[in-house]
Amino acid sequence: MPELILQELCVAHVGPVNLQVRAGEVVCISGQSGAGKSLLLRAIADIIPHTGILMLDSQAASSMSAPLWRRQVGLLPAENQWWHDHVQEHFVQRDTAMLNALGFNDATWQWQLAHCSTGEKQRLALLRLLSNQPRCLLLDEPTASLDPDSTVRVEAILKDYIQQQHTPVIWVSHALDQIKRVASRHFVLRDGGLEPS
Amino acid sequence: MNSPIIHLGPLQLAIAAALVVALAVLTWYMRLAVSGRILIAAIRTVIQLLLLGLVLKYLFASSHPALIALIALVMLLVAGREVMARQHRPFRGWWGYGLGATSMFLSSFVIMLFALNFIIVPTPWYQPQYAIPLLGMMLGNTMSGVALTLDHLTQTAWRSRAVIEARLMLGEDWRSAMSELIRDSVRTGLIPIINAMAAAGVVSIPGMMTGQVLAGNNPMTAASYQMLIMFMIASGTGFAAVLASWLGARGLFDERQRLRLERLRPPVK
Repeated sequence: MPELILQELCVAHVGPVNLQVRAGEVVCISGQSGAGKSLLLRAIADIIPHTGILMLDSQAASSMSAPLWRRQVGLLPAENQWWHDHVQEHFVQRDTAMLNALGFNDATWQWQLAHCSTGEKQRLALLRLLSNQPRCLLLDEPTASLDPDSTVRVEAILKDYIQQQHTPVIWVSHALDQIKRVASRHFVLRDGGLEPS
Repeated sequence: MNSPIIHLGPLQLAIAAALVVALAVLTWYMRLAVSGRILIAAIRTVIQLLLLGLVLKYLFASSHPALIALIALVMLLVAGREVMARQHRPFRGWWGYGLGATSMFLSSFVIMLFALNFIIVPTPWYQPQYAIPLLGMMLGNTMSGVALTLDHLTQTAWRSRAVIEARLMLGEDWRSAMSELIRDSVRTGLIPIINAMAAAGVVSIPGMMTGQVLAGNNPMTAASYQMLIMFMIASGTGFAAVLASWLGARGLFDERQRLRLERLRPPVK
């Protein structure tokens, strides 16, 4: 059962943060813009320099290669990025069942990203992340650009994934109703520290 | 039938220089703000080529290997500085300098040594009439290729930060996240020499061949030398561009494969 542990994590003006996220637990973090929520997630994914200890399933990030760590702690950034022309070129494994559950169909693999809407790209970015089979999820406002229908779909997909894989989750969100629906615990990031809400 | 080469005196050169002065006057009149730079560049050409003539005259007379090595080193160091100066966002610190110089050293020098020892084979192999002009032509072209490659690499990496990091987040290693960028940078650096090879002899008559023909050499000998030079320049530029792009891309990441764009210097306004 994977468990995510942050010990004395410091990055820029954030920290030291100590947090333990159990398997299948969803910890929501909110806070004003500029509080350092994205910074914190990026530090956990080891994309930016930081101090402190990161552990997943009793294994320290420093004990494995950075790419392996990042594949295990899947980070979904607030702004999704695409670098090939077509959807399918961004996927190593294609999970058509999950594609359908997100409201797409088989033809979507051949879509050109230039013709996709913001919401479609956001859902495809989630699919791309989940097809990596991460053992932990770091979600940076995963439904920020979605309509209410898509938000429901995305929350359902995530709920299924978290229950099946018992993933610990850190979920950055501004929407209090969403936090009520998904959170096991809720913290506010203020003055560089996590305060229980 | 070889006529002796026509000597160029100060008068002939002054007439040619008057053309550049006329250009400077025209650009000044058009307020292009380049007249000063044109004149300074022309004066630099005069001083640098006169010095080169003097140095080569002395060098050809002495042929001392240590002296030739010293000249070669100076040429490399100046080329390294030039590569750095031509980049919009070079690396900070000595690596900004060392990156270009190392790539040029490992390709231009090695290819020149190879050509002198196994293709042209003058005696001694370091004979300055061959070594110095060859190195000069190699470095001049490699320098442009490496500068273009590194400029493209660092500028594009700067603009593509979000994409590169998104790929890292999905577990790609730095080589994979940078693969397209590295390929494009090498291609950018190679375009001038590919164009030069494609147009050689049809559109342009390359400088070295022009010089040999003017000096009264057999045009076929001149063509052979030009081919040799073109091949050396192309391979030297290509290997240096590949090496520079790889070293440059590696230098943008730390030991945990994090993109560290703060290692690049902000552009000089």
